[in-house]
Amino acid sequence: MKSRSFILFLTLSLLTVVLFFADLAWGSIHISLREMLSAFFGKGSEGVNSEILLNFRLPKAITAILAGASLSVAGLMMQTLFRNSLADPYILGASSGASLGVALVMMAASVLPVAFVNSGWALIVAAIIGASVVLALVVGVSFRVQNAVSLLIVGLMFGTIAGSIVSVLQNFSNPDAIKLFVMWTFGSLSAVTWTYMQVLLPVVLLGLGMAFFLQKRLDGLLLGENYARGLGISILQTRFFIVISTGLLAGGITAFTGPIAFVGVAIPHIARGIFRSSSHKILLPATVLCGASLILICDIISQVPTYTLPINTISALFGAPIIIWIILKKK
Amino acid sequence: MVEEKKINKLAQKCPFEGFRGLLTTQNLSIGYSKKGKTNTVQSTLNLKLSAGELVCLIGPNGSGKSTLLRTLTGLQKPLAGKTLIDGKEILKLKQREKALLIALVLTERVDMENATVYNLVSLGRHPHSNWWGNISTIEDKIIRQAIEMVHLGHKMFHPINELSDGEKQRAMIAKALAQDTPIIMLDEPTAHLDLPNRVEIMLLLHKLAHETKKAIILSTHELDLALQAADRIWLMSNENNGIECGVPEDLVFNGSFNHVFESKSYFFNAANGNFSMNYPMNRKVWVSGDKTRMYWTLRALARAGFMVVEDAEIQISVTETGWEIKENCFKTIEELLDKLGKGLI
Repeated sequence: MKSRSFILFLTLSLLTVVLFFADLAWGSIHISLREMLSAFFGKGSEGVNSEILLNFRLPKAITAILAGASLSVAGLMMQTLFRNSLADPYILGASSGASLGVALVMMAASVLPVAFVNSGWALIVAAIIGASVVLALVVGVSFRVQNAVSLLIVGLMFGTIAGSIVSVLQNFSNPDAIKLFVMWTFGSLSAVTWTYMQVLLPVVLLGLGMAFFLQKRLDGLLLGENYARGLGISILQTRFFIVISTGLLAGGITAFTGPIAFVGVAIPHIARGIFRSSSHKILLPATVLCGASLILICDIISQVPTYTLPINTISALFGAPIIIWIILKKK
Repeated sequence: MVEEKKINKLAQKCPFEGFRGLLTTQNLSIGYSKKGKTNTVQSTLNLKLSAGELVCLIGPNGSGKSTLLRTLTGLQKPLAGKTLIDGKEILKLKQREKALLIALVLTERVDMENATVYNLVSLGRHPHSNWWGNISTIEDKIIRQAIEMVHLGHKMFHPINELSDGEKQRAMIAKALAQDTPIIMLDEPTAHLDLPNRVEIMLLLHKLAHETKKAIILSTHELDLALQAADRIWLMSNENNGIECGVPEDLVFNGSFNHVFESKSYFFNAANGNFSMNYPMNRKVWVSGDKTRMYWTLRALARAGFMVVEDAEIQISVTETGWEIKENCFKTIEELLDKLGKGLI
């Protein structure tokens, strides 16, 4: 069993690396591997191609990996916490909460100090707070609502409320801010510059670190909360950490790429299917690799047409059928 | 040898070494308190649970079996009084310390995708392992032992979703065993199981209590099984009358069962430890003859509304091949009841 997981991890890691370089090479201008290497190692770095590679495609590819890993791990934690195979940060309203945070910052940017806004900290902090608050509300409701489907609907409702507040805000904002916000909602991996990366990377790493730290407790939660208590797990504390970790991951990514749907639901299922495991020691790294590969593929596909497609569209195209498949499989 | 030494070392690490699994309650009141209203289910309970005994908690619905178990495990706060384990108050223990003392088997359904019996049982090692939760060779041995104890060795690496309900319950018991606690509490472990599985689970728990010297307490509705398997019974009654504790047979003799389960429609039959229904009986017959066939004949007659009275007008004699009333012979009870019912005799 262990060797099987090992081979799978090796294969997936290689796949991720290959996809990473493919994502760097693909685009409106083709960049060969030789050019890539010379750009990385400082030979002939004055060329346009190396400029594109280093300042545009490289941060974009890294963002793709971070986005895939974050959303998938956040989805896995939500599915375990709610013991619901359809839970994910997007459905439970975390992304909407993040949108609300972002909308508040973008449309009220004039009030905030310029340096804070430009560095991206304002965006990410607002998104994380927005995501965490909505998640905390949903978790709070989950004390009273036991039914899994009802809980998802509650999540959708919180998301809708956040969306409505955003619409109200738009009504009172100037056209420039609205345009900026609408562009953001389309979702794009290329929005992350090196400046933003300095903010995004530590946030995502912190979120992932927390998730890995929680892996043993997550295993216990699979039995349900009463059994988990019986195993010595403090439920309140664990819930709190899961909400914060998910808020960091989902909120952090959403702050820069806009909402990306369906990745959070679909990837944990793919990882469970491939690795045939229930242990989070295996599932967490598995979702990281699967999620990273998948967003890289999405990004490569989105480059195929002359005009780059929004990443959200591509992820929905394959994510939505997977959800339908999950529901059908349950019957 | 080396491994045994390691296991002994592990036992020494346990903060409650030499602890005999003694749980006591002091003037415990259980119930619910909601919005200032208190609903006391049972009060001033002074209970005692000793090592190596199987205790069955019995009582009608609503008598507070689950509430008591939840309170004893510290999942719910008592209205008054306290629960002590090894002299320590349960509410003051940390979650992990509690998990080292009491293992739970609950009624909740467990549905873990992809998990095998081994995976499930290894979760029982949770309170013992470090934060990463690695399974050492010693841990592995304990897990395998627990699985063997519940006779699931042949299904160790089967997915739990493919187990039968009885096997699933046994796997949960193995998880509780792997937790290696002096006390195991089970909430209705025989619910949803068929008779052979119910008997097997009860026998298994009885054996485990005696062999491992754990204190095992379970709530159940299976009166006859509990009477056979339990070393001690805690009998709860509906009207906050406290809990009668004792050896099953003593409770039968002093009429506690009949008192607790008092009803017009059935009575506790001390002769066989079962509940018998009180049928409305308005006709009279007298039966004589073969002893073994007699028992079943009487049952059928009672259900059909016949009271057995000496010197009744209808006299049935049970023979080895059938039933006779005067000159009429009947091959089956159905024929007999049919004739009697139509009043032809």
